[in-house]
Amino acid sequence: MAEYQNIFTRVQIESPMYPGVPLPRGGVWARKGGGFNHLFGRFGDAQIGPFYLGATGLLSLICGFIAFEIIGLNMFASVHWNPVQFVRQLPWLALEPPSPANGLHIPSLQNGGWWLLAGLFLTSSVLLWWLRMYRRARALGMGTHVAWAFAAAIWLMLSLGIIRPVLMGSFGESVPFGIFPHLDWVASFSIRYGNLFYNPFHCLSIAFLYGSTLLFAMHAGTILAVSRLGGDRELEQIIDRGTAAERAALFWRWTMGFNATMESIHRWAWWFAVLCPLCGGIGILLTGTVVDNWYLWAVKHHVAPVYPHVFAPVIDPATLPGAPK
Amino acid sequence: MNHSSAVWLARATASTLLIVGSALLCGCYERPPVDTVQTGIRGIGDEQVINPRLDAVKYKKNEIPTPIPPADADGPPATLVFQNLKVLKDLNIAQFTRVMQSMAAWVAPADQSCNYCHEAVMSSDAKYTKRVARRMLQMVRYINKDWRAHVGTTGVTCYTCHRGRPVPEYRWFINPGQSDTTGLIAGNAGKNKPSTVAGLSALPGDPFKDYLLGSENIRVQATQALRGTDYHSIKQTERTYAFMISIAQGLGVNCNYCHATRALELWDQSTPRRVTAWYGIRMARDLNNNFMVPLTSTFPAHRLGVLGDAPKIACITCHQGVFKPLYGVSMAMNYPELNGGDHPIGGMAPPTPPGESPAPHEAPPAMFAYPPPPEETPATPAQTPPTAALVTPH
Repeated sequence: MAEYQNIFTRVQIESPMYPGVPLPRGGVWARKGGGFNHLFGRFGDAQIGPFYLGATGLLSLICGFIAFEIIGLNMFASVHWNPVQFVRQLPWLALEPPSPANGLHIPSLQNGGWWLLAGLFLTSSVLLWWLRMYRRARALGMGTHVAWAFAAAIWLMLSLGIIRPVLMGSFGESVPFGIFPHLDWVASFSIRYGNLFYNPFHCLSIAFLYGSTLLFAMHAGTILAVSRLGGDRELEQIIDRGTAAERAALFWRWTMGFNATMESIHRWAWWFAVLCPLCGGIGILLTGTVVDNWYLWAVKHHVAPVYPHVFAPVIDPATLPGAPK
Repeated sequence: MNHSSAVWLARATASTLLIVGSALLCGCYERPPVDTVQTGIRGIGDEQVINPRLDAVKYKKNEIPTPIPPADADGPPATLVFQNLKVLKDLNIAQFTRVMQSMAAWVAPADQSCNYCHEAVMSSDAKYTKRVARRMLQMVRYINKDWRAHVGTTGVTCYTCHRGRPVPEYRWFINPGQSDTTGLIAGNAGKNKPSTVAGLSALPGDPFKDYLLGSENIRVQATQALRGTDYHSIKQTERTYAFMISIAQGLGVNCNYCHATRALELWDQSTPRRVTAWYGIRMARDLNNNFMVPLTSTFPAHRLGVLGDAPKIACITCHQGVFKPLYGVSMAMNYPELNGGDHPIGGMAPPTPPGESPAPHEAPPAMFAYPPPPEETPATPAQTPPTAALVTPH
């Protein structure tokens, strides 16, 4: 009998093409395309398609494409339309938000107007894709868990990109669209606000991020380990616990004293994943709007540890009389 | 697609990804050994990252030239023999000749020597190099006398920056950046290009203009926990950050050489080196505005930047990748001729902290110094690197 023993599935499932369940309002969505691919079957299901692209999906792709073009063409222009330099410098290039002096006024195209447009189209694209996800889940009679998890990610993106800048009264507080520039922005953001590692919501976000990977590894490891006993039939085992579920549960009770159930482990994982960007967004929205220096905040609330001085105390030279400018 | 070709494709894809990945990793790879030196309290990563292999190269590059034997302090004044003296008027003939010989060795190209600055009539000011050199001599004396808050008793000589080159290797010009983008194309705030002076980040490419020519505030962090006192933007922070990286690069150190990186702004957690650096920033700003910029019309066009501005000084100009220029070996000590004299732009003695002994640049406790500070500098400078213990034997 075939077993799951490897990161690559040795089992190649090829069944007759499955077009999907009948829907209440037939003909609303076209089921086009589809086929089988052996290589895909090594990672997941060998069946490709059928595809569905409704109005929301189509609009989302169009908006995404417009944002992509605004960003990409401005980057291309910044290297004077030189294709070689465009490729070489691509990681450094960016579309920059308006200058801080602009505040929340609609900027000229040169001074952040393109950035605002790109953000508008990117946001539209993401929200439309969310709507598509929500409606596809509903159409299949599923829960909308995936859509709400995606919404958590969108929440963090919008917190950084537009909600916080609006609260701060300046589009200039927002993030550039670029590979290295957005990373430099992150580092500068932490420097400006006195070290984001002392932001408790950042701490929570990291805990949920690392927790997610841990849970993912624990769950995936457990299920793969009991798949030889039928543990991969998780959904059945949620309501009809078999020997695989019993053994997996006992394994975790032996090793850490208690265990998730076949159902609850998915609830844990979903909340860990969702709470990561949810907490992150809260931490971002508090930064600069409420708290101006997280390290000093942590000192105030006795969170930051005190280390012994190894140097003689240093005085700010700018406070000394007659200090040079 | 049949089974065997799919297997082949899968393996080919996996191997290609592995090779491309390894190649990419090699590109950002510094060959070992990479070592650390603890510089603060244990357990919090308060350490400097060093590579003894690369440091050995740096030591070699920073060996100082053998000084010319000292000149007799007594003797007829130089003004008796040499004409058109404006700066070194206080020296005697032997001292003056010694300085001229040293400058020929430290600055002038080997095939030109004295002729690099002087006409056949030595007193002539016809060559721009002579007019610049005169001002630079004033600058050296000014630094040694009035910027002790930064250079301490170590002082500087021409060699600190020049290192045998007519033009110091490390100098900066105003970077016009992207101001030439026109029409509807988005501006990029002087950033979003590989910034060679800021660790190849995409941070601003010219972090010097605002801080070493202008006096923009570097301090962007709030000094209280809650909002209400500080309104610095992220873009200002990015400029500050780029400038700080340029200092770290120029000195070959990590941020925590000066700062407690968990609280960059707080002085009471910083190392005393931050005070030295604070004066250094003001020194470079002073020298740029009062010595380099006024020389703009003296320099020929090929010595100027793309915007026609004079070459200027940053930390790296003297430090050249070392935490103390020439590893703290004092060449100026052997050149009393380069101390004293008139002061071209008035005194600027370092302020003394109230109730404190002077010298805020006082060396930190030896056990935390990185690398260990050189032995008491001998009268004739050591020819071996002062921190031989850190040099990798080859």
